[in-house]
Amino acid sequence: MGPEEPDDCQDTIERLYHYLDGELTDERRAEIKQHLDDCSPCLQAFDFEAELRHVIAMKCRDHVPESLRRRVRAALAEEERNAGGHP
Amino acid sequence: MAERAHFSDLAMEHMPALYTAALRMTRNPADAEDLVQETFLKAYRSFDKFEEGTNLRAWLYRILTNTFINSYRAAKRRPEKADVEDVEDLYLYRRLGDLRSGELGRSAEEEVLEHITDDEVKAAIESLPESFRIAVLLADVEGFSYKEIADITEVPIGTVMSRIHRGRRALQKALTDYASARGLVGSSDTAR
Repeated sequence: MGPEEPDDCQDTIERLYHYLDGELTDERRAEIKQHLDDCSPCLQAFDFEAELRHVIAMKCRDHVPESLRRRVRAALAEEERNAGGHP
Repeated sequence: MAERAHFSDLAMEHMPALYTAALRMTRNPADAEDLVQETFLKAYRSFDKFEEGTNLRAWLYRILTNTFINSYRAAKRRPEKADVEDVEDLYLYRRLGDLRSGELGRSAEEEVLEHITDDEVKAAIESLPESFRIAVLLADVEGFSYKEIADITEVPIGTVMSRIHRGRRALQKALTDYASARGLVGSSDTAR
C-alpha cells in the first residue's frame, strides 16, 4: 500500500471494484480472497471501499413527495379510462 | 406477457428508487417529478411488451434512462470527459493516510464515513458528467450488474465498465474535496 507496493497488492487493488461488484470469475475471486486473508493493508483498504459504497448508497436516498404518488396514480387512471380499459 | 391491470401493483414499489435516480439525473425536483410520471406512463402503455418473470426494475430503469436522455438533457452536447487523469484508485482512502499517522484518536476512515452528509454525497454524484453519473448511480446506488447497466443504457459492457471506473474516481475526488474542506482529510491535491 504505497508507491512501492508489491505486485500482488497492485493486482488486488486493480480488481478491487470488480470484486466488490461481484463481477469476477470464481477463480479470480478466490485469488483475491486469499490475498486479503494474508495482507492486512489491502484488507483495510477493501473494507473502507466496501463501507464507502454502502454509505454512498444509504446517503443518496430521497423521499417521494406524496403529491407525486397521487399525480402518477391519477395519470395512470386517466390513461386507463382513455384506453377504454376496465378497472 | 404482462397484464396492464397489474401494472400499478407491481410498479409503484419502485417509485422511491426511480425518483432518487431521476433527481440525480435531472438535478432538480420539478424535472425529476415530470420524468418519473412520464416513465410510469410509458411503462404502462408498453406493459404488454414486458415479459412477466423478467426484471421489472431494470425494465423501468431502462425507460427512465431513455426518457431522460431523449427529453431532459440539453439537446446538443459536447463529448463528455471525466477529468480523472491524476486521480488514482483508492483516492480518498490514500488521502486519509496523511491523517492516519497523525493527530486523530479515532480512525480517519470512521470519521469520514460517519461525517460525510447526505447533501455532500448527492452533490458529489450530481457533479459527475452525465454518462458517468448514470453509470455510477446504476452501479453503486442501485446495485445493477455491468450486464444490466449495459442493457439499461444501451451501450457495450466495456463502455459501461470504463464509465463506472472513471466515474467512481471522479466521485472519490469530489468526496475528498468535501472532506478536505471540512478538515476530515489532510489535503486534496487541488485544495492548495
